[in-house]
Amino acid sequence: MKLKSISGPLAFAGVAVAALAAANTAQAQATLAQIKQRGAMNCGVDTGLAGFAFKDDKGAWRGLDVDYCRAIAAAVLKDPEKVNYVPLTTKLRFTALKAGDVDVLIRDSTLTFTRGTQLGLSLAGVNFYAGQGFMVKASLGAKKVTDLDGATICTLAGATLELNIADYNRARNVKITPLLFDKADEAFSALEAGRCDGYTDDTGSLAGARSSMKKPGDWVVLGEVISKEPLGLLTRKGDDQWTDIVTWVRNALITAEELDITQANVEKLAKESDNPEVRRVLGIEGDFGKMLGLDNDWALVALKTSGNFGEIYERHFGAKALGLERGVNRLWNQGGLVYSYPFR
Amino acid sequence: MASPRPTRRDDTRRVGAGRLRGVAQRGAFLAVLIALGALLLRNIDQNLAERGLSLSFDFLARPAGFEIAIKAINFTPRETYAAAALVGIANTLLVSALAIVTATIVGFAAGAMLLSSNPILARSTQGFTELIRNTPQLLQILFVYTVILRALPSTRDSLSIAGWVFLNVRGLFIPAILADPAAMPRFGIDTSEAAWICLAALLVWAFLPLPRRWKMPVAGGLLIALAGLIGLMLQSGALRIETPTLRGFNFRGGVQVAPELVSLWIGLAVYASAFIADMVRGAVLAVPKGQGEAAAALGLSPFQALRLVKIPLALRILVPPLVSQYLNILKSSTLGLAIAYPEVMAVVAGTTLNQTGHAIETMLIVMLFFVGTNLAVSFLINLYNRHVIMRGTA
Repeated sequence: MKLKSISGPLAFAGVAVAALAAANTAQAQATLAQIKQRGAMNCGVDTGLAGFAFKDDKGAWRGLDVDYCRAIAAAVLKDPEKVNYVPLTTKLRFTALKAGDVDVLIRDSTLTFTRGTQLGLSLAGVNFYAGQGFMVKASLGAKKVTDLDGATICTLAGATLELNIADYNRARNVKITPLLFDKADEAFSALEAGRCDGYTDDTGSLAGARSSMKKPGDWVVLGEVISKEPLGLLTRKGDDQWTDIVTWVRNALITAEELDITQANVEKLAKESDNPEVRRVLGIEGDFGKMLGLDNDWALVALKTSGNFGEIYERHFGAKALGLERGVNRLWNQGGLVYSYPFR
Repeated sequence: MASPRPTRRDDTRRVGAGRLRGVAQRGAFLAVLIALGALLLRNIDQNLAERGLSLSFDFLARPAGFEIAIKAINFTPRETYAAAALVGIANTLLVSALAIVTATIVGFAAGAMLLSSNPILARSTQGFTELIRNTPQLLQILFVYTVILRALPSTRDSLSIAGWVFLNVRGLFIPAILADPAAMPRFGIDTSEAAWICLAALLVWAFLPLPRRWKMPVAGGLLIALAGLIGLMLQSGALRIETPTLRGFNFRGGVQVAPELVSLWIGLAVYASAFIADMVRGAVLAVPKGQGEAAAALGLSPFQALRLVKIPLALRILVPPLVSQYLNILKSSTLGLAIAYPEVMAVVAGTTLNQTGHAIETMLIVMLFFVGTNLAVSFLINLYNRHVIMRGTA
């Protein structure tokens, strides 16, 4: 009787200790091995944003960020479909990555100093150069951001957006007040009702926001941006091999555009090309794949899946999609910022 | 855990053994809890250290850098994260206090209507409570917010009362009273301090059992003194009234009552009032029938019987569930995030967390705030409850 009454709590404690210890060892395993064992990659994406990541009418994920998830999964597992998409809110995204719920975060997230040094995250590379812009009622007649002095601007909570507005207010001695909503739907509804004078977000997202207004013609996107927002790929700190893989898949997509390797011609070039860099990227020469811990055809499979960076941009932001000028997202040798380290 | 209670028949040895077993059980359980807690803390610490992080509240002293659109207390982006957290706390307390008072008044009124012998009144009130109780609260708050935004005119077409008060989609703008301590006229003590003393004296007067013939003259004297002091402060410019004026996009000056605050206030109050109404009805019905009959026999009207006899008796049953409704209001105020009301969750576990990355610390602050406030509210109302229970027959 006496023994029994004490052994209950003790058994409970033993189980709990064992469970906690097990959770600890699982975390220590390398990300690449975990993905291979699981047979799928967990990719953190936006909860639904035109251009970057959203579910189409058939329930399939689509967007620029989604194509990056697919390319990485193809490079690692040889199958772009083996991705578990984890939609994450702005608030939860970094916590989810740190906790190991996702292997890589590709969620139109700005790469910043704090995120790279304080949050335990690695900045694995940029996949979209944006800036924070403003969409305002055309009838206001505002031409530049300083014209918005005294205005109330609807925006989303949990992003760099409000911090940029605060910095801009101080630098230019103006007063733009952000009103922070949790979800875009409520922010748009307040905007349409006239609660705010405008809406602010990254330029890529603004194109999507304007298209969802009741009368898109009533709204203008100001040409000026108040910040640079390099949106990119993030991994957990402490697993350099996995971060290298993510970085170099991103670089391969850009290098492919430089070298005119496309989704359509990648197989043909792999067989016929004499260009040494093309041969190195596609794994015909050298052991770059092995050095990453993958097979040598990693980039070839990735390119077959998504095409090069230019093709991905055209698919989601081009004239047939959201119609956003490529601007700074052109290649470096065409007047843009998109640049990859060489494959050498 | 119920401890084994020694009975009269137990001899001393058995009593000792029983107590020992109880102590051992509780001790073992406590040890397990402490061990689990320590293990959890060690794990957190270890995992954080692996990523070069550590638990620290230092960030609270750094400048926040962000503006808060709606604030119950003054704040500028140059102030610290700690100051921003206080704004969030003040906003939460403001909307919760407003909603608790409103929900109590509306809930008691609706409860009385539910008990009414007029079937139309009783049934329509029941329809209201059923509708409110059976739809999600978030939906109601969003609904109120949308209706308010759609109903109000734009800033340029504001409704105005004599150029002093303005109402538009950005909110209700009323004149503000600004104090300038430098211009405060003095005579021994500050005029403002003298005014506060008058106010405090009036408050004491309200509760003090003064002889009847003294009561009115004292109040009159205090009021005249107060009016004189306020007049003096206005005349010297130490107190100044600032009216809101339309400049550029928006009204500046004065006090803004934002539509987000009003929407959340209504949303929280209406939801809780439906539950309170039903609790009031139930509590009054639980009062023994004889009490009502006795009241009627004494010649009290049905309303008098309700107000003077049944509700005071019903309070004994009502207070504990009423507390949990109040606590619910406080917790549900976090739904304000959906309609851009910057309550403590949005400011601390939202913006501050996003900017500093201190997830565990910010969550701890929010949790401590809610636990602390809820315990304080429970404690105060339990004091009141004891007072209610002591009265009347048990």
